[in-house]
Amino acid sequence: MNRPDSLFRRTVLFLAGTSALLGGCAAAPSRDDPFEPWNRAMYEVHQVVDGNVVKPIAEAYVKTMPEQIRTGVSNFFGNIDDIFTGINNVLEGRGNQAGDDFGRVLLNSTFGIGGILDLASMAGINKDKKDFGITFGKWGAPPGPYLFVPLWGPTTVRDGTGTVVRFFISPLGYIPDVAVRNSIYGVGYLDGRAQALSAESVLDTAALDRYRFLRNAYLKNRRYQVYEGKPPPEEDEEEPAPGAAPGAPPPK
Amino acid sequence: MLRTVAVTLLLLPLVLIAAPPVHAQEAPDALVKRIAEETLTTIRSDKELQAGNPAKVKQLIESKLVPNFDTARMTALAMGRNWRSATPEQQKQLTEQFKTLLIRTYSNALTNYRDNAMTYKPLRMNAGDTEVIVRTEVTRAGQAPVPIDYSMEKTPEGWKAYDVVVAGVSLVTNYRDEFNDAMKSSGVDGLIKTLADKNKGSAPK
Repeated sequence: MNRPDSLFRRTVLFLAGTSALLGGCAAAPSRDDPFEPWNRAMYEVHQVVDGNVVKPIAEAYVKTMPEQIRTGVSNFFGNIDDIFTGINNVLEGRGNQAGDDFGRVLLNSTFGIGGILDLASMAGINKDKKDFGITFGKWGAPPGPYLFVPLWGPTTVRDGTGTVVRFFISPLGYIPDVAVRNSIYGVGYLDGRAQALSAESVLDTAALDRYRFLRNAYLKNRRYQVYEGKPPPEEDEEEPAPGAAPGAPPPK
Repeated sequence: MLRTVAVTLLLLPLVLIAAPPVHAQEAPDALVKRIAEETLTTIRSDKELQAGNPAKVKQLIESKLVPNFDTARMTALAMGRNWRSATPEQQKQLTEQFKTLLIRTYSNALTNYRDNAMTYKPLRMNAGDTEVIVRTEVTRAGQAPVPIDYSMEKTPEGWKAYDVVVAGVSLVTNYRDEFNDAMKSSGVDGLIKTLADKNKGSAPK
């Protein structure tokens, strides 16, 4: 555990240092998003590159590839996710869930042909989703400033650090052939982008300001995950009496 | 004869108790389950709905979902403290616009996620509760389930939802920030206009 720890600290320092430099001039618009002007600029960059290049490719992929193949691809990468879910459940002290996670990996990697078939789900071993960002949160690390990274999406200093840790210890990193490894990274990226298309379409319909809506949804969702679905109420939550129906207490 | 009358009289109260009152309120979890299943079944059996025919989807939501939501309370929740600075007429307009926006969002979500199965968690509720949370989960093959919680309130017309929380994200309070922004720059009427423009289909920022 020496490696992720020192890496964690180095990355936090690095990210904190860069963010402070980049956003230093901004008049803090929000507690969670002190670098909003910088992030918005990055969001614009993302919209241009993603909208003109990545999204059309992802849409073409969904349109042309048969669903069975896309499911197989998603399952393959989902199997790798399960490894990390298992590791993080161990780090969080959730042994039973970790047993399920590693059981899934074992079953799917062997009888599921390297993870292409999700036999474990069919057998009723439920999939969980955990990552280092959630574990750091459980250990008490605050999310830190929100960051929007072009071609990656919303993250925070804590969650971004988790992603970097995962990248360094991912089994895909041990594939010796660089071309093969990069192709797999490419397909994995495409798979992730394709899966986000539906959610993105809902976001487009819902949001008045996409940047804000996405940021707030991301931060709330991560908080919910860190608290295992039972986040304590935040101090600024309040509900006025809605005219006709007064006296209603705020939702939990 | 007398015996029959006596027995009937004795049994009558039992029959009255056993027979459900005509206006019995459906339990909140039963309501959520019925509406969700009926809506999904309708979508799955209708090709036009699956293709996202806007008029049909809107009609389905207006008839099935809207009556089970307290849209005024949802709008007040989304507005936060700004709700009080709106006149009753403005509140009415805000509610109307926000309702339309939510309908559009749900239409989109329903057509996108129609193939997923729903599971319903046991309801934790005490007798006399007027506010409960009904917990459900959307399960998708090969994916971790997504929890969807409905905050419900008891009204004279039955239980109604006033918030929908998807994986910790409230579809109502998530707007507070954006509403605040619009309020700060152009007031209540500005927010009404922003919502109306959005509902007319102009692209978001």
